[in-house]
Amino acid sequence: MTINELQDEIIEEFSAFDDWMDKYALLIDLGNSLQPLEEKQKNTQNIIEGCQSRVWLNAELNNGVVTYQGESDAVLVKGIVSLLIQVLSGHTPDEILNTELYFIDRIGLKEHLSPTRSNGLVAMVKQMKMFALAFKSVNS
Amino acid sequence: MTNEQLQLIRTDFPILTEKIYNKDLIYFDNGATTQKPRCVVEKIEYGYYHLNANIHRGVHYLSQKATEAHEEARTTVADFLQAGKREEIIFTRGTTEAINLVASSFGEAFCTAGDEVIVSVMEHHSNIVPWQMMCERKGAILRVIPMNERGELDIDALKALLNERTKIISVTHVSNVLGSINPVAEIIRIAHQQNIPVLVDGAQAVPHIPVNVVDLDADFYVFSGHKIYGPTGIGVLYGKEKWLNAIPPYQGGGEMIATVTFEKTTYNELPFKFEAGTPDYIGSTGLAEALRYVQKIGLESIAVHEHDLLIYCTEKLLEIDSVRIIGTAANKSSVISFLVGNIHPYDIGMLLDKLGIAVRTGHHCAQPLIDSLGIPGTVRASFAFYNTKEEIDVFIAALKKVVAMLS
Repeated sequence: MTINELQDEIIEEFSAFDDWMDKYALLIDLGNSLQPLEEKQKNTQNIIEGCQSRVWLNAELNNGVVTYQGESDAVLVKGIVSLLIQVLSGHTPDEILNTELYFIDRIGLKEHLSPTRSNGLVAMVKQMKMFALAFKSVNS
Repeated sequence: MTNEQLQLIRTDFPILTEKIYNKDLIYFDNGATTQKPRCVVEKIEYGYYHLNANIHRGVHYLSQKATEAHEEARTTVADFLQAGKREEIIFTRGTTEAINLVASSFGEAFCTAGDEVIVSVMEHHSNIVPWQMMCERKGAILRVIPMNERGELDIDALKALLNERTKIISVTHVSNVLGSINPVAEIIRIAHQQNIPVLVDGAQAVPHIPVNVVDLDADFYVFSGHKIYGPTGIGVLYGKEKWLNAIPPYQGGGEMIATVTFEKTTYNELPFKFEAGTPDYIGSTGLAEALRYVQKIGLESIAVHEHDLLIYCTEKLLEIDSVRIIGTAANKSSVISFLVGNIHPYDIGMLLDKLGIAVRTGHHCAQPLIDSLGIPGTVRASFAFYNTKEEIDVFIAALKKVVAMLS
């Protein structure tokens, strides 16, 4: 599936909920089931310090596609990390760089990505693209 | 404070009837900033509509009136702190600027390489970083008063820290995270035995407890207007005249000069020496109005009501499984920091927000304190006199719901 198809799929999944509590319950589920990072990858190189919560992000390039792994100490943040990985992982650096991430706004969780929330997520999205950019320049 | 009085007071704060996500707002983030009573907003509006002209230099009617209002505000602040002289009141942008002023100017006058400055482990960043910056410039050393597990400062450890190189102690009156009310009078007495001056950060104290700077014998006392129901962008530095005369100006510009030539400038007298540029003469009148409002309700009855809220909420919180209160000092202000099990404070804060409840989460600008406790941060509920037990009931029910979701 393309990145946008994956985004649309998530939007559809979340649109089934009218109640914010169900939406957040799903986010909590996603957070709790996110594959934890290995302890050695939770290092200072991979950390993105937010004011409120910490996010760790790791990326690898295999066969031309980027695989992301991430984690956070807050479960709601982990839920969004999980969604971002679901959308961006497994795509080429070019695809990732050319993507506009609209799904978070559309599923009503934009507030987590507002720069004033300082939870490390804005920096994480930026870092995901930076990884893609770095892999792209390595490739070329 | 009777329930009728409380309900009447709440009508002075229009924001308290706001709906957040279609739910009644419950505002428990008063440690960050307080809401404004109508009279303060009206005072500001009146100032801009009827009294606006630049102060101190104008010969015309409006300038005279604006100057009078600004200087009356200074007198109101002096009376509020029970300071001896109105010239000892310097208007600043807030607590942060006041501490920066003292750290910079005091450091310039009195600190050299190897000298020591003492702060406590529970300081807000605004009472750490200005001193660190000065220490870096001067080659001075920052020392830290530790605390016990309840969040009470270790006074014996402070005594052991004092030596002939100690130049100043800067300590918070009330911790913004733990709520601990520190024994600042005792600290000042101990420091003065060795002729060491003390700055007290009163940002979290003045909205809740009566302060008399002369009785305390504080050398410097600072606070912010917005934390005591006044406008943002205005704050206060009280300094003993002898210290304010002994330290150089912080910023240069208009207002703070006596004469200027390209060869030499002489400085104005107190308090103007420390008020470079056009001051916030509207903000100062708003602050004075806020102080009058607080005095009208009475800090004694405010303290009693807020203590009731503190006790009530603490008891209710402890009924919830695995709630841990961070900060259990015997003498505590109406601030409750807590954690629930291993749940991250951010998750609790985000979900409480969805239920219309405003609390603060994170390190509360006191990273060294949070690190020393080995926790990721806290959830903090901080009360003002307009808060009610009914709001606490709603908060507790919401917290239980949120914890169930996250467990």
